[in-house]
Amino acid sequence: MSKALLYDATLCIGCKQCEAGCAQQNKLPYDDHIAAEDVTSDHKFTTVMTRSDKFFRRLCMHCQDPACASVCPVGALHKTANGPVVYEENRCMGCRYCMVACPFGVPKYEWSKVLPKVQKCIMCPDRVANGQPTACAEACPTGATKFGERDELIKEAQLRLHDNPSNYVPHIFGVEEVGGTSVIMISGVAFEEFGLSPAKLPKDPLPIYTYRVLSRIPDFVPLGGAMLGGVWWITHRREEVAAAEAEEKSKKDGGTR
Amino acid sequence: MKFKFTFWKLVFAVIMVAGIYATAVRFAQGLGASTNLSDQFPWGIWVGFDVLCGVMLAAGGFTLTAAVHILNIKRWHSIVRPTILTAFLGYALVSLALMFDLGRPYRIWHPLIMRNPHSVMFEVAYCVMLYTSVLSLEFSPIVLERFKMEKALKIIKAVLIPLVIFGVILSTLHQSSLGTVYLIMPTKLHAFWYSPLLPVFFYISAIAVGLAMTIFESSISSKYFGRQLELPILRELGRVLYIVLWVYTILRFEDLLHRGMLKQVLVNSYEMRLFWLEVILAMIAPIVLLSFRKLRNSPGGLYLIAVMVVLGFITNRLNVSITGMEGTAGGHYLPKWTEFAITAMIVAAGFALFGLAAKYLPIFPDEKEHDAAAEEPKAVPVTAAVMTNAGD
Repeated sequence: MSKALLYDATLCIGCKQCEAGCAQQNKLPYDDHIAAEDVTSDHKFTTVMTRSDKFFRRLCMHCQDPACASVCPVGALHKTANGPVVYEENRCMGCRYCMVACPFGVPKYEWSKVLPKVQKCIMCPDRVANGQPTACAEACPTGATKFGERDELIKEAQLRLHDNPSNYVPHIFGVEEVGGTSVIMISGVAFEEFGLSPAKLPKDPLPIYTYRVLSRIPDFVPLGGAMLGGVWWITHRREEVAAAEAEEKSKKDGGTR
Repeated sequence: MKFKFTFWKLVFAVIMVAGIYATAVRFAQGLGASTNLSDQFPWGIWVGFDVLCGVMLAAGGFTLTAAVHILNIKRWHSIVRPTILTAFLGYALVSLALMFDLGRPYRIWHPLIMRNPHSVMFEVAYCVMLYTSVLSLEFSPIVLERFKMEKALKIIKAVLIPLVIFGVILSTLHQSSLGTVYLIMPTKLHAFWYSPLLPVFFYISAIAVGLAMTIFESSISSKYFGRQLELPILRELGRVLYIVLWVYTILRFEDLLHRGMLKQVLVNSYEMRLFWLEVILAMIAPIVLLSFRKLRNSPGGLYLIAVMVVLGFITNRLNVSITGMEGTAGGHYLPKWTEFAITAMIVAAGFALFGLAAKYLPIFPDEKEHDAAAEEPKAVPVTAAVMTNAGD
């Protein structure tokens, strides 16, 4: 079964322990200066955003059918059976299509490096494979970030919304958006305030949009070849007939003379 | 021969010096130091212009080879070589531009062994790779003729038709696929440009630009290489262009209508102004001008129309890749001087290589026909007879 994270913004106290745990796990620098950064970047895979007294965590959503993995020409990104969307640095040639395609703007690039790579939350795949929770979930003191089975976490989110409807906006983010994600989010304030727009995101997985076109290619190639060959045959046959007729005519003319 | 220092040579030298310096900055310090790209704006003019427009501007190659070799429009034969040359140079320069844009250019060969057939980029990479090979084969007779390698020439001529068909298929696939690239961004690309028909639009506009570029380069060649202008051919190309532009324009506006965007394009906004710049340059103005007989029959009128169409569709590609993405990226992107310098260097290299090839290779038919007439004088009346009869 596929693992997932449930983030409940109403439980988040903005302590940023998840950020620190993430940095330690991924061997990234972390200090007060970085902690104050509001956005994810090539050196910060998760961030706790603050709007007045509300907090909201952003990280890779680990889509069920990720656009980034679908667009990567060399298959440097892929969704593992466990849930994490991981990145193989040695394959990447740096076309950055993943960054352009991601509906959440998650993949970041090491712009300042001469030989850069893509950076993003990879949901601690080694820990997850060993049955351990992600570093962020382990670091969270309040249970705002919880690790578990995706199906069970969705059920739990539904239960929390059902039990305390006044605490939450009536939406579970990540169940349906872009075909579902492995990070499930519930919140007390509108998701839009923190840059997520459930209304604007299609329910279909994004790779379907390109696959609809791409899947026609195997049919198109032989069909197009046959059509072009046919047109060539017709246009040149006409010419041959004309030439043959001309020759016959000249022969006849020669014979009568 | 004494080397003459002209104005254009000075311009070329300045562009090259700036470009080489910018190249040093790019490879010594990386993309961050040499571009205004960011996590919000990962693709700039090296993708939007060098790749998207580069491939589009090279579309004359497949358009003209299809017309001459498949549709058998023999009277256009004399302009096929310069268009194949343009296409070949175009694709070579697109590949060169990719070396600047890729974060790790030395891995450009990775798609050969690391395949992801679900990726549009993967498909484009393969098509461009194969089509560049096809173009070099289509171009090879010009070189082989120059060095009188008869045997190799015979082999190429024997496989020319399958080669042309393969080239047209590959071009159809990747010209449209450059539009498909953006289909996965329904939430990011502005609704003026995001449409399920993007691949169709990219394909039809590539044909229009292919025709316009052929008119453009014929006009320039006649001016700078002192060649006679093939005006009757250019007039015919102009008429085909007129039809293609109508088809494109009707489709574009029908699409806007069906997606409920027709009202939005009348509301003033940043995107709206650039949308209309594109529509006027690529569609309205050329269609209006082409409907005047005097203009579509005159060399100057055709040249003006061709330049407009080319600029119009360059605007279209930049609108899709840059303007249309700025809204969701939350900010404007303006290329750094190094990005301009490298793009200018690549364009200038294209012009210079075209000039060199035109000078040293039998690109234009004048010399070639002389040769053919000298070698096989009997062949000429036969083909002439065929051509007069082909019309009945």
